[in-house]
Amino acid sequence: MNDVLDLKVKATQIRLDIINMIYESKSGHIGGSLSSADILTVLYYNVMNIDPNNPKWEERDRFILSKGHSVEAYYSVLADKGYFPKEELKTYCKFGTRLIGHPNNKIPGVEMNTGALGHGLSIAVGMALGAKMDNKSFRVFTLMGDGELAEGSNWEAAMAASHYKLNNLIGIVDRNRLQISGSTEEVMSLEPLEDKWKSFGWDVLTTDGNDIERLLDIFNVAIASTNDKPKLILAYTTKGKGISFIENKANWHHRVPTEEEYKAAVSELREQMEVYLNEQNIK
Amino acid sequence: MNKISNKEVISNVLLKEAEVDKDIVVLSSDSRGSSSTSSFAEKYPRQFVEVGIAEQNLVGIAAGLASVGKKPFITSPACFLTMRSIEQVKLDVAYSRMNVKIIGVSGGVSYGALGMSHHSLQDIAVMRAIPDINIIIPADRYETEKMMSSLLDYEGPVYVRVGRNPVEDVYSDLDYDYEIGKAVVMRQGNDITIIATGETVKIAVDASDKLREEGIGCRVLNMHTIKPLDEEAIVKAAHETGRIITIEEHSIFGGLGAAVAEVVVQNKPVPMKILGIPDEPAIAGNSKQIFDYYGLSVSNLYDVSMSLLK
Repeated sequence: MNDVLDLKVKATQIRLDIINMIYESKSGHIGGSLSSADILTVLYYNVMNIDPNNPKWEERDRFILSKGHSVEAYYSVLADKGYFPKEELKTYCKFGTRLIGHPNNKIPGVEMNTGALGHGLSIAVGMALGAKMDNKSFRVFTLMGDGELAEGSNWEAAMAASHYKLNNLIGIVDRNRLQISGSTEEVMSLEPLEDKWKSFGWDVLTTDGNDIERLLDIFNVAIASTNDKPKLILAYTTKGKGISFIENKANWHHRVPTEEEYKAAVSELREQMEVYLNEQNIK
Repeated sequence: MNKISNKEVISNVLLKEAEVDKDIVVLSSDSRGSSSTSSFAEKYPRQFVEVGIAEQNLVGIAAGLASVGKKPFITSPACFLTMRSIEQVKLDVAYSRMNVKIIGVSGGVSYGALGMSHHSLQDIAVMRAIPDINIIIPADRYETEKMMSSLLDYEGPVYVRVGRNPVEDVYSDLDYDYEIGKAVVMRQGNDITIIATGETVKIAVDASDKLREEGIGCRVLNMHTIKPLDEEAIVKAAHETGRIITIEEHSIFGGLGAAVAEVVVQNKPVPMKILGIPDEPAIAGNSKQIFDYYGLSVSNLYDVSMSLLK
């Protein structure tokens, strides 16, 4: 799927799923899921080489959701891609479900359990290193949150990735600048973040992480690169993207909408969806 | 006295197996010297991963390697491997069911005089509390070799703890039945049972022989697998011998003694004594000195047995 409009429709549908899952289960991480929806959409519909009918296909590209709390967006994409029935999203976070509040590798399409922060990049390094050892051509992607970069394990992994010249590894940072207690720069400053990754030996590419067109371009650039460095896509996003009253508010990191808020959120997203669908029809 | 340590046995087996099995990968955290894997690194540079002094990354990378079909063996000092990376062990390895073998070397007090920072006396307690991971402590070089054969056929997470120095043999050859999760009866007897693991098995066997001279039948169980624990052998010992002593190179909290007590008290309560390192930073010295100081010795086992038999 290449059409930008189609991807926008997908991303909006994912946002609707996120709201529905969280409202239904009264549990979840709304802000970070909404900020990462466009990145996941581009990865799963355009960038990654995968086969949902054969989740264990050896040559598949690998994805690790290091920011495991953004699992609603992840489950929604996996279900839509056909890894498991979409109907199952209704069981999210309910008693006895497989779709627990952090990624769980019993679910087809989920490579590794995550949830504790700062684990994804090390795992991705191991996978990318394994690919190199066997001369396999698959690539490894991991989506990190900016708040989780305070975990030292990320920087251990960042060092190892450039030491082993893992140019088959693409890290993405969802740079929404907010974590549960407030702004990342107030809680534990990360800037200059681009320089940090560069100084660890990575190629750094920056983009608007909520702009589908630019995301498509940047992934193309990262993949086409012929040097031997791991790639870091610093994706500047808006936490809570898509729902006006949730955007850029730290207290929506882990909040469940009230009935009124839920209705307002759904109608905002439906309006956006209408716009995209109309544009599609005009085309 | 043999000249080869259990960690060298592990290294030798890997050296041999890696020739035919190209999926075997050894990982080190600047620890190839302490884990005796330098020759492996030289011979198989493409199957050796050095991560530097970074235990969290070490375990995470191993999980990633396992997920793409590699057979990672992590070798690193037990004290750091089980403490700094425990969340990666819990989540990336055990919970994700990755085929990673975690080999803690120089465990227990084998770093002797280096003190609390380098002693690994909490590793069993910590690992026991994590679901879906096996815990094995081999008693001597023969058992280490048999364990390695079993591990190469076993797909799943395992924690192995071995010491630093060569230990005395408790077996004379490889000719005995070894199965992960099954205790080995080292001595028969129906008056009392000593359950030991790792380097304390030799002490238990010698104490049993000394008790036999007094006409006392002391059963010795080598509990090489702490998890899954051989509950059947423990309950049988409680029924048939009525008294149990455990001995281990570990804190008295949460180790072999605690595990055995949990089984005994819920199935067949009998008098028990738990010998190990008390709740304090262990005294410095060589292993033998530390063992003697805390009563992990033949003479103390004899005395404790006698007092339980009264």
